[in-house]
Amino acid sequence: MTLQSQPSFVNASCPLPLPHDSRIVMGHGSGGRMTRDLIRQVFRPLFSNPALDASNDFAVLPSQDGKLVISTDNHIVSPLFFPGGDIGRLAVCGTVNDIAVSGAKPLYLTAGFIIEEGFLIEDLVRIVSSMKIALEESGVLIVAGDTKVVEKGKADGVFINTTGVGWRSNNLNIGGENAHPGDAVIISGTLADHGIAVLSARGDLALESSIESDVAPLNGLITDLLHSTPEIHVFRDPTRGGLATTLNEIAHQSHVEIVLDEKTIPISLPVKSCCEMLGFDPLYVANEGKLVIILPEKETNGVLDILKNHKYGGQAARIGSISEGKKPRVLLNTLIGGTRILDMLSGEMLPRIC
Amino acid sequence: MTFSQDDFRDSALVKTALDELKRITTRPWVIMEICGGQTHAIMQYGLDQLLPPSLELVHGPGCPVCVTPLELVDKAIAIAYHPDVIFCSFGDMLRVPGSNEDLFSVRAKGGQVRVVYSPLDAIQTAKDNPKKEVVFFAIGFETTAPVNAASVLQAENLGLNNYSVLVSQVCVPPAMEAILSSPLNRVQGFLAAGHVCSVMGYWEYLPLAEKYKIPIVVTGFEPLDLVSGILQTVRQLEKATYIVENAYSRVVTQLGNRSALTMINKVYIPVDRNWRGIGMIPLSGWGLRPEYAKFDAELRFDTSGIQVMESKICIAGEILQGIKKPFECPAFRVDCDPSRPLGAPMVSSEGACSAYYRYSSEGSN
Repeated sequence: MTLQSQPSFVNASCPLPLPHDSRIVMGHGSGGRMTRDLIRQVFRPLFSNPALDASNDFAVLPSQDGKLVISTDNHIVSPLFFPGGDIGRLAVCGTVNDIAVSGAKPLYLTAGFIIEEGFLIEDLVRIVSSMKIALEESGVLIVAGDTKVVEKGKADGVFINTTGVGWRSNNLNIGGENAHPGDAVIISGTLADHGIAVLSARGDLALESSIESDVAPLNGLITDLLHSTPEIHVFRDPTRGGLATTLNEIAHQSHVEIVLDEKTIPISLPVKSCCEMLGFDPLYVANEGKLVIILPEKETNGVLDILKNHKYGGQAARIGSISEGKKPRVLLNTLIGGTRILDMLSGEMLPRIC
Repeated sequence: MTFSQDDFRDSALVKTALDELKRITTRPWVIMEICGGQTHAIMQYGLDQLLPPSLELVHGPGCPVCVTPLELVDKAIAIAYHPDVIFCSFGDMLRVPGSNEDLFSVRAKGGQVRVVYSPLDAIQTAKDNPKKEVVFFAIGFETTAPVNAASVLQAENLGLNNYSVLVSQVCVPPAMEAILSSPLNRVQGFLAAGHVCSVMGYWEYLPLAEKYKIPIVVTGFEPLDLVSGILQTVRQLEKATYIVENAYSRVVTQLGNRSALTMINKVYIPVDRNWRGIGMIPLSGWGLRPEYAKFDAELRFDTSGIQVMESKICIAGEILQGIKKPFECPAFRVDCDPSRPLGAPMVSSEGACSAYYRYSSEGSN
């Protein structure tokens, strides 16, 4: 039979159901056939691994020596796609990094998607593909997942929850409570790239820039650092609230004073300029691919060497030190030789007037 | 010759200027920096700790959100609740407490409140939403006046009938005069606000310096600008001279920015203005000229019947006049912080209380 001889359905009296293959509709969250099709067509081909492919409501995973480390994070970002990344990469890296900074090796993630009715399936595929790239880079598997659809207007495109687990060797003791007087503070690279990239991509400040988010999985870098120096006391990723807020948390956990030297803190020129224009302090702006490392002073040079040879640590710098101090706080020695306190972020940062 | 910003943050140059300041300072002096941006720069760089101990810097009223009267904040809130309104504002203004709530709460309750960086973004919003009324909160000193005025002119050129402005436009020189004529005044020298002077020039300050026999030095915002401004002021105080000097000549001229001034004069006329915490100062601000009255949000929306109520504890008025320092307020860091501000100076990135909260350990436990 040739193509030309096929019957025409143009005037068919029985209406055919529309395929709904371009946008998410409520039926994709029904748990029925449409949900199954969405999983088969979008999620499974990209996330495929034996635990997920078993198609159970649970994943059975082998145990390992050491301690189980678990972390969860809800990821919301507007816009969903921004220079240097998207919500998918953010959802994988955010949780991978939260596990990795404990010194554990992150192994498995679960992913829960809340999708707004009308969301383009093409955009969902883009997000899931980006997650796959971040998963491959970090060597982590998604072993369980869930999808819900909410009515138009009840969500902002897509929200993603990821929960991660990893195993930490028994002889490691890394945490915010371990900063000691005499330790050095290192940052793995330039600050505030993520926050400013997202802000300028949002478009409502009519701000155009070439700034890219730093969103990246840091577990590889952390593994390299621990191989060479198991004596690291604290790893922390300075995400929301920025470096200043993260260091305040550590100062309180460890009851120490942290003193930073402003002129050593790496901030790229475009980010610095944007922050000055908007009245933002880059020390309070979010990062998604940076690492704070607190370690004995004698290990500093070795760790800086490793960082500078790693793709996520090229701009690393020693930015301060830990001292006994009268009370837990963070101080900044300014460019001109003054000293000021660096408090935690309070409320939302707002663009200034003039 | 061109300068890079880093030249004005160079620690060696700043130290040289500071050494000279120490050398010439023989007596205690009280100097007010007018602009909140300067207050923040001083605290941010820790410059206050590097000055000779006998110099006292007091912080002036140059924080636009701080001096916006409560009544207008309440009017803004009332307008923003209107279901057909998209209320656009500079970000700082959203957290300024009105009598009962702030613009953030309006947004949380479903009001359409948007942060814009420029009133021209509000014009775009009005173009994009022809069925909505777009209201811009046109607050600020002489620095925001040209662009706020430009938005009105643009709305007229575009024939936009759904754009209006809630004006709270204030001017620096009348506030300086109010401070100088107060019996409580302690200020002996002024750092005039560099950005304000970039628009207006500094001719307005000549009669003030003469009448009150006070040195006034136009000063910028980088550490070296600030130290140079202070140095020139102290030099005058030590020699008992009182002239207007320009320590920000890379940006400011005596006559100001002619095209900006033309725009201001086309749209605005001088009016009496209430200053939050200070009170009414005659001819201390601008209002829309009668020919632009159709863009006046106060005429377009009925905001009568608003009862204002200030916090009883907050001492913002005394802080804005340089009479008290933020840590002398009983509420500072106790009942008042940037996430729960009682007064506007704790909100703004130019407010003195927020500068002390963020950068200084004074008043902390």
